[in-house]
Amino acid sequence: MPTLLAQAPDSVSVTPLVVIACYLGLLLGLALFSGFLFRGTSQDYFVASRSIGPFMLLMSVFGTTMTAFALVGSTGKAFQKGVGTYGLMASASGLIHAACFFLIGIRVWAIAKRHGYFTQIQFFRNRFESNNLGYLLFPCLVLLVIPYLLIGVIGSYRVMVPTTSGMFPELFPHENPVLNGALPPWLIGLVICGVVLTYIFAGGSRAAAWANTFQTLVFMAMGLLAFFLISKALGGLGAAIEQTNPGHLVRTPSELAVATKAGETVREVGIPPLMFLTYMFIPLSVGMFPHLFQHWLTAKSAKSFKLTVVAHPLCIMVVWVPCVLIGLWATGVFNEGAKDIWPAPVVNIMSSASDAEVGKVLSVVIKFLVEEPIVAGLVTAGILAAIMSSLDSQFLCLGTIFTNDVVLHNRDRSQFSEKQIVLIARSFVVGIVLLTYILSLVLKNVQNVFDLAVWSFSGFAALTSLVFPALYWKGATKAGAYACVIAVASTWIYFFAKSGFGGEYTAFATGHRSDTGVMPVAICFVAGLVSLVVVSLFTKKPSEETIRKFFP
Amino acid sequence: MLSGSVHPFSFMKSRLGIIVIVFVLLALLHQDQWNWDNANTVFGFMPVGLAYHAAYSIVAAIFWAAVVRFAWPTGLEKWADEGDE
Repeated sequence: MPTLLAQAPDSVSVTPLVVIACYLGLLLGLALFSGFLFRGTSQDYFVASRSIGPFMLLMSVFGTTMTAFALVGSTGKAFQKGVGTYGLMASASGLIHAACFFLIGIRVWAIAKRHGYFTQIQFFRNRFESNNLGYLLFPCLVLLVIPYLLIGVIGSYRVMVPTTSGMFPELFPHENPVLNGALPPWLIGLVICGVVLTYIFAGGSRAAAWANTFQTLVFMAMGLLAFFLISKALGGLGAAIEQTNPGHLVRTPSELAVATKAGETVREVGIPPLMFLTYMFIPLSVGMFPHLFQHWLTAKSAKSFKLTVVAHPLCIMVVWVPCVLIGLWATGVFNEGAKDIWPAPVVNIMSSASDAEVGKVLSVVIKFLVEEPIVAGLVTAGILAAIMSSLDSQFLCLGTIFTNDVVLHNRDRSQFSEKQIVLIARSFVVGIVLLTYILSLVLKNVQNVFDLAVWSFSGFAALTSLVFPALYWKGATKAGAYACVIAVASTWIYFFAKSGFGGEYTAFATGHRSDTGVMPVAICFVAGLVSLVVVSLFTKKPSEETIRKFFP
Repeated sequence: MLSGSVHPFSFMKSRLGIIVIVFVLLALLHQDQWNWDNANTVFGFMPVGLAYHAAYSIVAAIFWAAVVRFAWPTGLEKWADEGDE
């Protein structure tokens, strides 16, 4: 029988919070130091003067793709749906992400380097000889990034609220015993967004790259540490898997009755084959993420990509296997005899968590199974590292796109000083951060982190129906590009609304389960590709000059 | 720019063909229907459904290492390094 805390202690140590504060301080210090290297030019602010080498590129790319989705979301999804979570996203991503880096990233790097492009909108404007395509793409990209930003900020609430529960009962009283004394979301969001904004402002993409490298190393190390400690607390790896709910060990669809605070509900466990198949479109999203385009632009050379292409699947495995196992182990709370193995608070909180709340499983398990407060703080800091490593690049990227592709486009750049250009970018970033912060407070209890992320990924994945033809088909035309973006946007909006604005959804589902159908991403991708191809076949081809520029 | 002489281009094409075939094979192997209801564990702690896909990730990395080694687009790099237009 493992030695565990039978119940939460009466007074809660603030040591984990102190450790987290120290981590944030260290992160700020590192990023501010990188700011000393900031050359003050907009080129350096936006693309770090193309000086990011292979290891930092791998850490940056991996760090930005491993978000709250990977740590908080994957653990929660495994707790919700079972072992199939890894195959659903992680192994498919290992194959397809690398394919996108190889097929899209290197080619985009080459074209951007030769012609001096900063952003993906510049790329598409030039490829399709259309200024207005940029004005159509810009709101699509921004609107798709916002859910991705939201999962980061909401993910930080899912992590920090259980971690700080009981720490400050007099400062932050609440009638819900889980929330009593916890830092409120408004304060958590303020600190997280504030820290990220500070180091972006200090050093732009160079600071983001350094911060990503540091944070990626931290969350990988802390993730493994958490895994080791939790398994030890449960009596070892074998004992931990033995007490897992049997229905979660397979992908065969089954149902689990869950008594949530809102009432009795039925959880759909397992994954139907059609959903599993069409989920393979989701990893295509890395082909169109604005911040990953930005990373491709910041690479020192194409050779910098080699390590990323090869190591990315392994890095995903190192993070996702432990997370999925922890999520599976936690399903033991549904079994008879759970209270003999798990602390009562874990059983009480997680056996009644709704589908939207499953993301808190990781921090709840850490809080009540990792006895040493310093270690608990380090592990939680690691989770925050994963969350923040995505926020910085996205914030920065949106500022870059707005400045270069909306404000300065069609204007004489020499009218603005370098300082003014950087100020414009920063102002837009502040606006986006504020919008994200407010939305996160409004939506924090509405949707599951994993599912919201998948909607963002779906939109970007569907937009790869634009980038593949742009790179590999000389016959892709301006009109075809418009048709593609409009088809993707309209089908995405349609399905997003059908999902209840961000819930798990499959199209043409049969039976009483909602996940037996086709993932909307597959339909949106096909709609975009078919529209592009059909319209391109009947419209004016790009000029010879454009073909020479984009097809070596 | 990338075509060079006929012989290296044909060789590239055959390598490309092999890469595409292996990629498609890997994509098909991802849909491991035969493991769907397998609740056994491997090494005493890892469910088969997880162990298979963890191994898949390792195989994917090996595949991409081979692609990087044998099909790296050096022509594209040279083209990019030729300078801005």
